[in-house]
Amino acid sequence: MVDFPRRSILAGIAALGTGACSKIAETDTGQSLFKAAEDGHRAIHRALAGRQGMAPEYTRDQRSPTFRGNGSVTVDDGFYREQLANGFSGWKLEVRGLVEQPLSLTLADVRALPQRTQITRHDCVEGWSAIGEWTGPQLAALLDAAKVRKEARFILFRCADTLYGRDYYESIDMVDAYHPQTIIAHSLNGEPLPEKNGAPLRMRIERQLGYKQAKYVQAIEAVSSFDKVAGGNGGFWEDVAGYQWYAGI
Amino acid sequence: MTKHAFSTRVWHWVNAVALIVLFMTGLNISNAHRYLYWGNYGFDPKDAWLAVIKFPGWATIPQHYNLAVARDWHTTAAWPFGVGVLFIWVAMLVNGHFIRDLITKPSDWTPAAVLASLRAHSADGAGHGYNPVQRILYGMVFGVLLPLMVFTGLAISPGFQAAAPWLLDVLGGRQSARSLHFLAAWAIFGFFVIHIVLAVTDWRLILEMFTGGKREGAAPPAPPPPDILPPEEGAPANG
Repeated sequence: MVDFPRRSILAGIAALGTGACSKIAETDTGQSLFKAAEDGHRAIHRALAGRQGMAPEYTRDQRSPTFRGNGSVTVDDGFYREQLANGFSGWKLEVRGLVEQPLSLTLADVRALPQRTQITRHDCVEGWSAIGEWTGPQLAALLDAAKVRKEARFILFRCADTLYGRDYYESIDMVDAYHPQTIIAHSLNGEPLPEKNGAPLRMRIERQLGYKQAKYVQAIEAVSSFDKVAGGNGGFWEDVAGYQWYAGI
Repeated sequence: MTKHAFSTRVWHWVNAVALIVLFMTGLNISNAHRYLYWGNYGFDPKDAWLAVIKFPGWATIPQHYNLAVARDWHTTAAWPFGVGVLFIWVAMLVNGHFIRDLITKPSDWTPAAVLASLRAHSADGAGHGYNPVQRILYGMVFGVLLPLMVFTGLAISPGFQAAAPWLLDVLGGRQSARSLHFLAAWAIFGFFVIHIVLAVTDWRLILEMFTGGKREGAAPPAPPPPDILPPEEGAPANG
């Protein structure tokens, strides 16, 4: 009879596809395998593209007609509401942590720095993409001005928005921090950032997915480790949902 | 001489596990944004060429919506899958499997050849080498679908794009690559269903993918037993 092997094979496949995976995923071996894959992807991307490998840039007529807002699209905070109403005249961007010269910049200071404009594609972890033109200073310029100390290994972004009662934050390594396309954007498509896209300042880290592009940025912090920051995984979604810290895939 | 080379058997089962994990985690990932677009961008369901159904828990890994875990599995299982595709191509070219069994002649593509293969298959069962339909189907899977999965998967990754921006241009943009990734996944699933249905009609076929089996008609004809050999010239006949 053909029934015996057919049943056992299909049952085997089904078992493999269902319970087994979640069991494996919960084990230390499963977690370290995923972590190894994540670190491997980062190393391979860097090796293939080079530390300075550029994300594709587009022309103005390739932009999407609008730019979707996702995650936090509004900030429910008295100071923020007041600043939004008056054009962020009292907004401060701090550069702090492991730096020789902490900075506190107004929006006018940020706009007065050398600017980079780039038309890039934003890929959400969910699968959708939008294309917009971003303008702002390179993060490298701010880090150089603040004289980042040698022991700094990551750059942390502190944000004004909260989700599920937690402060949004993100972090990147020094390779992405000094990448030419890593900018602090104050404009989208030639206009000041709309609230849903992170007014007044948001990060663009063009070789990674959308959840790394921190919005409503208030502070840029050089750190040697993010183990002790919030949930210890280097970012809001990394802590809350277990997303990969390296979001290049 | 075995019907299935050792390299084929090892790849077959590693690939089977990787494909099942990739497909079922892929359905979970699809649930995160159930719309497909053509071109570089796409986020508005109004612009979608396809609104995909929400895949039920029993069809996905994990069994509930969890994008982070599904992506961990997906991007990890992509390794044995992608390296495996490269491995089996090299092995097939080196051991002659490709030349012997998969390469097609122009006459294989005629309706008559297709009909003849279908009739022969249903009449005699499988196992008589590769008929034109099998050559064409396996050729499309190996030559088109599996490499397309690898390349569209790589193209979707923003980190990989910095290394190979040309890949996105070839595929027509990131959302096109994502759509093709989805379509190729379902084409492979279609092949998988036919493959399983035909395999379970004769369980020996499945067994042979473990043991290797015996290749029919490949071994040189065995020498006839000595007692029927014609007597050597000049030697006295027996008896």
